[in-house]
Amino acid sequence: MENWTDQGIVLHVLPHGEGAAVLKLFTETRGLHAGYVHGAHSASKRPLLEIGNLLHGDWHAKIDDQLGTYKLELEQQFAAMIMEDRQKMAALKALTSLLSESLPEREAHPDLYHTTLALLTIMAFGADEIAAWGAAYVKWEIALLRELGFSLDLTRCAGGGSAQELGYISPKTGCAVSYSAGEPYKDKLLPLPAFLKPNGGPEDEEEIVKGLHMTGAFLEKWAFAQHTKGVPEARRDFSIIISQN
Amino acid sequence: MSKTPFDHLVKQFSLLPGLGPRSAKRIALHMLTKGRGSMIDLAQTLRNTADQMKICSKCGNLDMIDVCAICASPKRDTKTLCIIANIGDLWAIERTHSYQGVYHVLGGVLSVIDGVTPDNLNLSDLEMRLEDEEIEEIILALSATVDGQTTAHYVTDLIHRRHNQINISRLAHGMPVGGELDYLDDGTIMTAFKSRRAI
Repeated sequence: MENWTDQGIVLHVLPHGEGAAVLKLFTETRGLHAGYVHGAHSASKRPLLEIGNLLHGDWHAKIDDQLGTYKLELEQQFAAMIMEDRQKMAALKALTSLLSESLPEREAHPDLYHTTLALLTIMAFGADEIAAWGAAYVKWEIALLRELGFSLDLTRCAGGGSAQELGYISPKTGCAVSYSAGEPYKDKLLPLPAFLKPNGGPEDEEEIVKGLHMTGAFLEKWAFAQHTKGVPEARRDFSIIISQN
Repeated sequence: MSKTPFDHLVKQFSLLPGLGPRSAKRIALHMLTKGRGSMIDLAQTLRNTADQMKICSKCGNLDMIDVCAICASPKRDTKTLCIIANIGDLWAIERTHSYQGVYHVLGGVLSVIDGVTPDNLNLSDLEMRLEDEEIEEIILALSATVDGQTTAHYVTDLIHRRHNQINISRLAHGMPVGGELDYLDDGTIMTAFKSRRAI
């Protein structure tokens, strides 16, 4: 009998039959791990199975290869704290769908797990304005790209310029480029948000939109290039909602 | 082998929510052996219900007349519109006798997993009602789930785009009546604090 217990973030709930569901949890030690939940539509379990919630999962199966069954307890109800704000809700849906569709199953990503937990905490307990959590979201997407093997180099200028005046990022290499070195190619380069520069900068809405545009381009070009559906729709919707404001 | 009427009956029953083939067979067998007389009555009732019950062309409620009794009632406040996901939600609100306005049934909530998009909801009729009727307040009575609130945000945007003057409110989230603080989950307590009001 295979069995383990761990904390996990709810990423995806697929209804199965009339009363059950297949749940995808993002755990610290097992990564993305699916399991069957009996009575998922019951009054006691329904509030647990909202995306973004942190649960204590007890998974067991006869052999490791099976789907297995989850027994669940609520640790932190992030979804309830986030769902009232439209932008935060869009970010939560983007975050869970990006994780669910990009990470391989049953492979631990402890750093990304803790980064995700930190972002959810900021979104749930922080102010509603995007300036309070938007930069953290952009940094989380950079962490996701790094975890998938597509690291961005934001510490030096790829064109030999000064690291103190970085202004762009190359969509081909993911390396930062200074204003002077990037001037001839600025139409082809992506603007680098101020808060990602080595000496920091404001985390206002304009910079966050720049950041989302930048990470969105890399998600599309690198992480989801081989996916038939491309970047998840929830991520596209999030960009649109933020740009509209 | 050709199927008997009994097999067809079992199949029909097993399509109903909450019933599998085994329970469907049990019900069909019970009817045939112990309640054969009531089968004719049931068939007649089903036919009458199918013939007489109509979906209200205005709000989406179920009634014997179109438009429904709620929409047609002169006692109702037609300037207040309550948007709900399903007819069951309408009945739940009506049970309380606490709301005197009119309704609009969306027919579900937006859900990526279930493939419910804005095109599948009764939104075009809602837009038409907002154009034709003098609505001053809209109450969004949608469930406190991610899908329910996504729908609420979407509908709010849709209304604000053209009808900025309409007041939009949503049902409160928080402590249930009879709930003890110690037993409530963190999310409920937090939303209850956010939605607190002066006394």
